[in-house]
This record gives sequence, C-alpha cells and structure tokens, in this order.
Amino acid sequence: MSSNFDAKALDLRGVSKWYGPTCPRCREGGDTALEMNYCPACGTVFALRDISLTLYEGEVLGVVGESGSGKSTILNCLYYDQEPSLGTAFLSSFEGGSVDIFSVSAQAKRGIRNSLLGKVYQNPVQGLKMRFSSISNVAEKLIAAGQRRVATMEARAIDLLGHVNIPSYRMREAPEFFSGGMQQRVQIAKALSNNPPVLLLDEVTTGLDQSVQAKVLDLVKQIQRELGISMLLVSHDLGVVRMLADRTAVMLGGRIVEEGLTDQILEDPQEPYTQELVHSML
Amino acid sequence: MRKKLYNFAFFDEGSKREVRRAILKAVAIPGYQVPFASREMPIARGWGTGGLQITLSLVGRDDVIKVIDQGADESVNAVSIKRLVSGTTGIATTEDTREATIIQSRHRIPEAPLVEGQILVLQVPTPEPLRFVEPSEYATKRLHAEKEYSGAYLALFEEIMKHGHVSTGADHPVTVEDRYVMAPSPIPRFDNPKLNGSRALILLGAGREKKIYAVPPFAKVASLDFEDHPFEVESLVGKRCRVCGATGVYMDEIVDAAAAVYQCNDTSHCDAVLKARRAAFDGEGGAA
Repeated sequence: MSSNFDAKALDLRGVSKWYGPTCPRCREGGDTALEMNYCPACGTVFALRDISLTLYEGEVLGVVGESGSGKSTILNCLYYDQEPSLGTAFLSSFEGGSVDIFSVSAQAKRGIRNSLLGKVYQNPVQGLKMRFSSISNVAEKLIAAGQRRVATMEARAIDLLGHVNIPSYRMREAPEFFSGGMQQRVQIAKALSNNPPVLLLDEVTTGLDQSVQAKVLDLVKQIQRELGISMLLVSHDLGVVRMLADRTAVMLGGRIVEEGLTDQILEDPQEPYTQELVHSML
Repeated sequence: MRKKLYNFAFFDEGSKREVRRAILKAVAIPGYQVPFASREMPIARGWGTGGLQITLSLVGRDDVIKVIDQGADESVNAVSIKRLVSGTTGIATTEDTREATIIQSRHRIPEAPLVEGQILVLQVPTPEPLRFVEPSEYATKRLHAEKEYSGAYLALFEEIMKHGHVSTGADHPVTVEDRYVMAPSPIPRFDNPKLNGSRALILLGAGREKKIYAVPPFAKVASLDFEDHPFEVESLVGKRCRVCGATGVYMDEIVDAAAAVYQCNDTSHCDAVLKARRAAFDGEGGAA
C-alpha cells in the first residue's frame, strides 16, 4: 500500500452550521447558553459547532454519534449538498490544499464534486437516478468530468459494476428494480467512477439486513485496501466503525467530544457520552 | 364601415412591447431562455400561443405570413392561426416559403432555404432541454448558469445504452454559440443542421412555459453527440416522394396495406417541385 499516513487528504477547520438568526446570547455565550444544540432565546439550531477534523491519506476516519448530532451535516457540507455557515476546508488534491474549497466558484465546486470526491448516501434515491440504467448512473460522473466517449464510459461502468458484484445481465436495468443492497452497491460503483482521492460514506449499511451489510462492508474494506482511498465514514453503528475505521471521532450536539484511535475509543472511552455509547453496544 | 374590434395584431401596444423586449434579450444571448409575461390568447395554451405571441408582436403592415403545422400549410391549426393573424392585421398570407417574411412553424423548418430578412418562429412545448433529467426549474436555471450540461448528455447516453443508438425522434438538444444548450423544439433531427449558420432569424416561443429564446442569423449551432457516436440525421436514403418524386427531403412514412410509401412532409415544397416539373414538361412541348 502506497499510503502516506502523514499527508493530509482533507482538513476541516472550524466548520459550523446553524439554522436560525442567532443572537448575542448564543453567539458569545458558548455551551452554557444552549440547551443541547438549541438556543432557547432565538430558536437557532446548531447542527455543527466549530468542527475541526483531519483525514489523512489512505485512512478511514469514522464519525459516530446519535441521530441529530451533526454527522451527516459534515458530509453534506463537504459534498456541497448544504452550505456551511462558517469555516474552511482544504483538499490536498485541489490546488495542493492551499485553497478553501468552501469559498471557490460554483463551477469549481462542481469540478471538485465530480472529480475529487465520491459520496455514498444513506438513501440510494439521493445518490442515484433511479430510472436510468445502472451503467448510465456510473457514467454520469464521467460525463460530468468531461468524458465524451461512449465506449470508454461503458467499459469503465461495466468494470466497476462487476467489481461491486452486479451481475452483467442486470447492468442495463434501472436501480429502481434492484434490492436495497444492490442499489447501495451501484452507488459505491458510481462514487468510485472517477477514482476520487476522498470517499464520503453516509450510513452505508443502515437499513440493510445483516448478511447484505457484511457484503457491503467487505466491499468497502476491499476497495479501501486495493485503491488506498481516504474515507470519511459516518455511522451510528459502532460495529461498522470498529470494523472499518482506523480512527474515530465521537459527536454530540454538533460538537466532537472525543477523537482517537478506534480501538482506544472503544476500549477506554474517556467522555461520559462515549462511555454511554460504548456500553450500549449489543 | 366595419367596426374595429381589435387593435392591430390583436395585442395592445404594451403587450407587444413586452414580448419584443424579451425577443431582443433572447437575440442578444443566443440560446438563453428569456422569461416573459405570456398573455392569455384566444387559443389554448399548448396550441402555439408562444409562437403566436412572437408573430403578433413582430408583424407589420408590409409583412407576408406563412404558417405551417408539421410541414403542412393546410392543417386546421395552421389555418386558424393564419386567419387570426390576417384577420386582426389585414396582411397577406402565403404558402410559398420564399415569399413569406414571417414563417410561424410547428415542428419543422421548411425545405426551401431561408434567406436574410426572413424570420422563422417556432412553437415550443418544452423549452427546457434538461427537464427530463431535472424536474426543478430552480435547479435547471442554476445548471444553465454554471454551464453544467452533463444531464443532457446523460439522457443521450442512456438511449445508447438502451437501444444501441441515439433515438431522439425530435427535439434533439443543441449547443448554441458554444454556450447554452437549447431545445430546438420538436423538429426532426433532419432539421437540426439547418439551425447552424441560418441566414434567417429563428425565434422560439413557449406560451405555456412563458419562455422566449432565439438563434440569431449566422449563429453556430451544434447538435449534442459523443465522439464515438456522432450526430446523425434520419436516414432517407433511397426514399422518394410518391407525389412529386423529390429526394433528400424530410418525408412522412405512410403505411399502406401493400407497403410503406413516402411523401414530402413539407407540402409547399412538394407543390413547388410539382409546378417546376410541369413547367419543364410544358416547356419541352411534351403536352402534345
């Protein structure tokens, strides 16, 4: 493996996201002014509060936390599905990591989204065009990146769909006719189509049955080993994180409360919330 | 003396000005869909109100108008529109493409080459070329602004995956002046090349969708395609019009009990070819 664990693939600095007007009380009061992540004075909800995270090359960074803790919002901001209220992010593959990817033009954002990032959504409806054939779904990112040769795109899509175990006789079918696990695998193939240096995974196995979960996890693990892609993995399932993530960040109420090696977090949790989370594992 | 029921060309002057303003903007930004205040018309939306509003806002006393519906001058819709325009303006109508100054058309560009000074007005049902892949108007506006047209290519790619070739029967999307991707209205692919470098001004109007857009004279218009699947027009090789004998024109396929027969889709072109043949025949003294 050619990974360089010292090099940063992605760096988030002080990212915040809130919904509402904000008031002096919640802007300056800090944690004491809020009930969890809600300001009772002005009604503002803080989804992310001053998040700083570093994803190194070739590593899998897990983000865990209860629902509403802001896990998915991080990925949504990075993939430009949502706009952060504050903060910066740097991708080593974009301008050598010198330019904040939140402040570039809309066209540059599309370029980053199409060529430098891949995302697998929890709900395949968000990540796929359900009525277009699976091959077209994978080709979509290639077209967006400027590819204009049908044969090249078809070959690449067939190759990737084969890689995620979609049988060749079903590749021309639309994902709306697929099972949940198959849809998720088409999403993974699509996310990988442009060899992105960073992959964002949002609850990839949630809603799948145990055996299919295991297959999807195996696939992610295998891809990570073969291609050395850096992954930001969001899950509320500690089992998934334990299996895949090298390091883990624990989130609560829009903040990162604890961060460290996955084994360390699971074996010796320091924060009360992390302890509660680990102890509630089946 | 007959009482004057309507203003010249049906519309009040303010309405005409509003439509003309949208047209000017459309000509200034080739291929860009300009929103305009589409008026209520004495015909239903979806029956050519976009084209009709353009025609009525442009027509002057010296104009000669031709209206065609899928190539035919005599179809009910074409005749009704022609009567509305001539009835409220008193201008002359024609079936001869070369005589007309304004040609309002549904789904065809005439066979006879258009010349400088002519205006072709096309009626458009769906002006948004990305609508098939993106239902939200808010989203498609942004896609145009950012020149993000992978959706249009994706739709063609999907057709190739499903059928082995691009199967757009009509309304094959085009890029205008290397900038905006545009729906050319449901003209057959056969007519797409005529948009490129057209000597006539081409205006497209969608009354229900409230959009006007334009291809100015001599603008560069390229049909969307892939490197290994270049754009192709419908093949009419070996087909001959059963009425006038013309070849190399767009033809309707009429499936008869015995076999499929072909006939010019452009009725005025068919007539012109017949007249020319008769003249040549008479000239040779063949009638005797």
